[in-house]
Amino acid sequence: MTAVAFDYTAPTTVDEALRTLHSPGLTVTPLAGGQSLLPLLTRREVRPDLVVDLNGIPGLAGIEVSPHRVRIGAMTRLRDLEQHAELATALPVLASAAASVAHPHIRGRSTLGGSLCHAAPAAELPAVAVALGADVVLRSVRGARSVPAARFATGAGATVRAPDEVLTEVVFPRADGLAYEFSELGTRGSTGYPVVGVCLGLHVADGLVRAARVVVAGCGPVPVRLPGVEAELADRPVAGPHRGLVASVAAEVARGPGPEDQEYRTEAAGVLLLRALTARAAREGR
Amino acid sequence: MSVRTVTVRVNGVVRTEDAWDHTTLAEHLRTGLRLTGTHVGCGTGDCGACVVLLDGEPVCSCLVLAVQADGREISTVEGVAGGGDLTRAQRALIEEHGLQCGFCTPGLVVRMAHAAGRGGSEADVLAGHLCRCTGYDGIRAALRKLSGGSGGDR
Ligand SMILES: Cc1cc2nc3c(=O)[nH]c(=O)nc-3n(C[C@H](O)[C@H](O)[C@H](O)COP(=O)(O)OP(=O)(O)OC[C@H]3O[C@@H](n4cnc5c(N)ncnc54)[C@H](O)[C@@H]3O)c2cc1C
Ligand code: FES
Ligand code: FES
Repeated sequence: MTAVAFDYTAPTTVDEALRTLHSPGLTVTPLAGGQSLLPLLTRREVRPDLVVDLNGIPGLAGIEVSPHRVRIGAMTRLRDLEQHAELATALPVLASAAASVAHPHIRGRSTLGGSLCHAAPAAELPAVAVALGADVVLRSVRGARSVPAARFATGAGATVRAPDEVLTEVVFPRADGLAYEFSELGTRGSTGYPVVGVCLGLHVADGLVRAARVVVAGCGPVPVRLPGVEAELADRPVAGPHRGLVASVAAEVARGPGPEDQEYRTEAAGVLLLRALTARAAREGR
Repeated sequence: MSVRTVTVRVNGVVRTEDAWDHTTLAEHLRTGLRLTGTHVGCGTGDCGACVVLLDGEPVCSCLVLAVQADGREISTVEGVAGGGDLTRAQRALIEEHGLQCGFCTPGLVVRMAHAAGRGGSEADVLAGHLCRCTGYDGIRAALRKLSGGSGGDR
């Protein structure tokens, strides 16, 4: 398959990339891992005049773990999220969620920034970024701004990023006292997007849920946090009973727009949440 | 839409050829360099027929631009046996009926050569490689044969 024709440029600094992206009158598109952009180009769903390759810019990739936060450069590959020893201790959910994406040769090129900018509704990492309360840093010729992950995606494949902005890094806070995990229901093992995913954060003490964070992906155009369900879980034994929880998930998700099979998806999300709670209770020995 | 000169070291040989900015590495290998062993099934990263090693790492060559490979090292199915006979993976696929039409085979052979000696799981090696013919039984038998075999990575 032959991609739509475009020009290509590979800047070596962020500033040069920003100046090139700011070309009024031209459609200019950043290229990260290319694992979503190349299919869009060969299917001719996007037709840029110019593609700006970010792969040659040093400093856009890297993982920096400090006591209160983890900064991850936009061009960090998902394989590096999977394999980074410090990250596995600091925010293990990022490593495990990254490992659920696609297959190994796609993960070797896909980037964290690309995953957030592509904003696929069921994608793993955007949901985890929302759950962890991450901030997305965007830069353009006008300067830099930081956007909470929860407000970054505005629809399926749509974000608040202006066409001439580059996502440079994602900043994850640590130590909110919750332990996070991500689980998903897929159609065919691990090789494609999941149908739905759930990111659950829990603080459990004496078998009781002290605080909870619940984000579901795949039930609507963007991942959503469910504060109602979180409140329902609070002060409840982690081992349950969790009667009515699946219905609560469905009720809270159904307030937003969703795909035709939203009913099935929300039910599946509720079941994933139940399973995650059961697994956590087993680990707590309850 | 412009043309530029792309130089790659493919299977140990330096090759310089023009490519459009929008040419994928898979197209460049097949059309520009006449290395038609690399197959294109989907062009969207789903089937794995186009997998080559780029600087030693497996990639879907349909999802990399030819210009991005400039100055880099590529191994394709034509090169995995290193000018010798066949790799152990290739022999195992033949012996265990791991191919029928052979369309998926080049990507799989490259991936198996990369996995040899690295101890990845069977599921990991097969992930991202679609085969319409074999039902995977023969391929999995070949993988088992390889992991049971002694020494060497070929
Ligand atoms: C077979 C297959 C299976 C897949 N399965 C999954 C899956 O299970 N889960 C999942 O989440 N994803 C999956 N993906 C998608 C893959 O992980 C994507 O490649 C990823 O979401 C996008 O990352 P990328 O680095 O490849 O970005 P690209 O493809 O390079 O870019 C994607 C979009 O984001 C923009 N962009 C990228 N980086 C930046 C930046 N730093 N600043 C501004 N704009 C930017 C680009 O302009 C483009 O519009 C799959 C892909 C394939 C081919
Ligand atoms: S042709 Fe590249 S993955 Fe199918
Ligand atoms: S042998 Fe025909 S697709 Fe695998």
